[in-house]
Amino acid sequence: MAARRKGAAGRYGLGILLLLGLWAVAAQLADSPTLPGPAAVAAAIVSESAGGQLPYHLGMTLWRVAAAFLLALSIGTAIGVVMGRSRPLDDLLGPWLLLTLNVPALVVIILAYVWMGLTEAAAITAVSINKIPNVVVTVRQGALAADEKLFDMARVYRMGRYETLRHVLIPQLQPYLLAASRTGLSLIWKIVLVVELLGRSDGVGFQMHLFFQLFDITRLLAYTLAFVAVAQLIEMAVLVPVETHAGRWRVARSDA
Amino acid sequence: MPAAGASPVLTLDIREKRFASTAGGEVVAIRDLAFHVGRGESVALFGPSGCGKTTTLNIVAGLDRRFEGTLAFPASAAGGPALGCVFQEPRLLPWRTLERNVELVLPPARRGTGIAAGWLERMGLAEAAGRFPEAVSVGMQRRAALARAFAVEPELLLLDEPFVSLDQALAARLRRLLAETLGRTPDDRPCAVLLVTHDLREAIELADRILFLSPAPARVLTEVVVPGRRGERGEREIEAFRRALLDRAEPVFRAIG
Repeated sequence: MAARRKGAAGRYGLGILLLLGLWAVAAQLADSPTLPGPAAVAAAIVSESAGGQLPYHLGMTLWRVAAAFLLALSIGTAIGVVMGRSRPLDDLLGPWLLLTLNVPALVVIILAYVWMGLTEAAAITAVSINKIPNVVVTVRQGALAADEKLFDMARVYRMGRYETLRHVLIPQLQPYLLAASRTGLSLIWKIVLVVELLGRSDGVGFQMHLFFQLFDITRLLAYTLAFVAVAQLIEMAVLVPVETHAGRWRVARSDA
Repeated sequence: MPAAGASPVLTLDIREKRFASTAGGEVVAIRDLAFHVGRGESVALFGPSGCGKTTTLNIVAGLDRRFEGTLAFPASAAGGPALGCVFQEPRLLPWRTLERNVELVLPPARRGTGIAAGWLERMGLAEAAGRFPEAVSVGMQRRAALARAFAVEPELLLLDEPFVSLDQALAARLRRLLAETLGRTPDDRPCAVLLVTHDLREAIELADRILFLSPAPARVLTEVVVPGRRGERGEREIEAFRRALLDRAEPVFRAIG
């Protein structure tokens, strides 16, 4: 088991090295300011970090991602559960869902800025609204698939509403919530950048806009890579442990 | 047997229960099914599969309120009786340990008092209390479901073919455990039982009274009082009474034979 994991980590590292090598060769061949090599980009990451620029903008972006993520996940989960558990409400909210699923992210962002002004609240609202329908669809599916027999058991034994939610429904939604979190994070990252590019004066998206105007591809890539690294870190430091903890009863099964 | 005049734990009178059929239209599952369960009495509903036994149990459990007729618990406080229920499957929460599973059905005030652990121990599950349901054997899951049902100190215990789909030896062992546990409930808080089964031996072993139901729409065809004290009937007595029932002339008994 440990050996297999070690092998997997080795191959993973090899994959990264291959990518870097390919990139270095391509940059060498292109020999152009529009494709800087890994070394130049790494140097840019270091200098931008030392100046405090990169951590500041990355921090702003991160907080927007976190705020929009929590908002979208909690609202989307609530709506998804309601739609999955109640046929009439599912019918009623169906058209809303269809509409929000199909309105382009850009339109939502523009409308939010026009209606709410170029504010932080508008930015976060716009990102959340873009993500909520995806969470709703995933969680509704989970609520629909939930085992009625366990709800019957909870009713016969008079478990309260809150307890039923906590011990019977939420554990059944857990894989769906994790899926929504995963796709949610990657989607929100991307939309936050657009929101920043269009209407904020800080954050990675704002910097991208600046670098585009300056044609500074080195720093553009430096910010991108820092951003990707942070996203991966969150996956490993938050999502994977949460998944392992929530699935511990399944691990118990494979031991038996 | 219940004291004469004491109000029964359960009185049920289903005039009609219909289901929407898959072909469109409606099917009558139960018609004119009426019976009562006395305080501390054990009643078995015995009938062919698909005759509406489980539907009846769901109605008693309050899971299905869409029927014509009356359901009453005359001996209980306004909130209804404390119900214990053992379903056809254990229905444990896979993501909670056995002990948490038992603990969660207790009222908050009675949690953390060792009640759950005590019942698991009485079911021979002291060692397994901290394990998850899917990590223990099927028999242990069933015993945990029994522990859960007894932990709420039920006035009425509902058993829906509790040992169906188990191998004979295991089913027999669990039945004995159930009978013993029922025998040990305190006299001042007796536990009445409503058992649904299509196993005649199970009905004879666990019940004071057996109601024979017709094929759907279900109604009571006849009723038999089981001789001897519940829990004290030996293998041979059970088998002898079963033979005697099968030898009786009424068509209902010939049908089961």
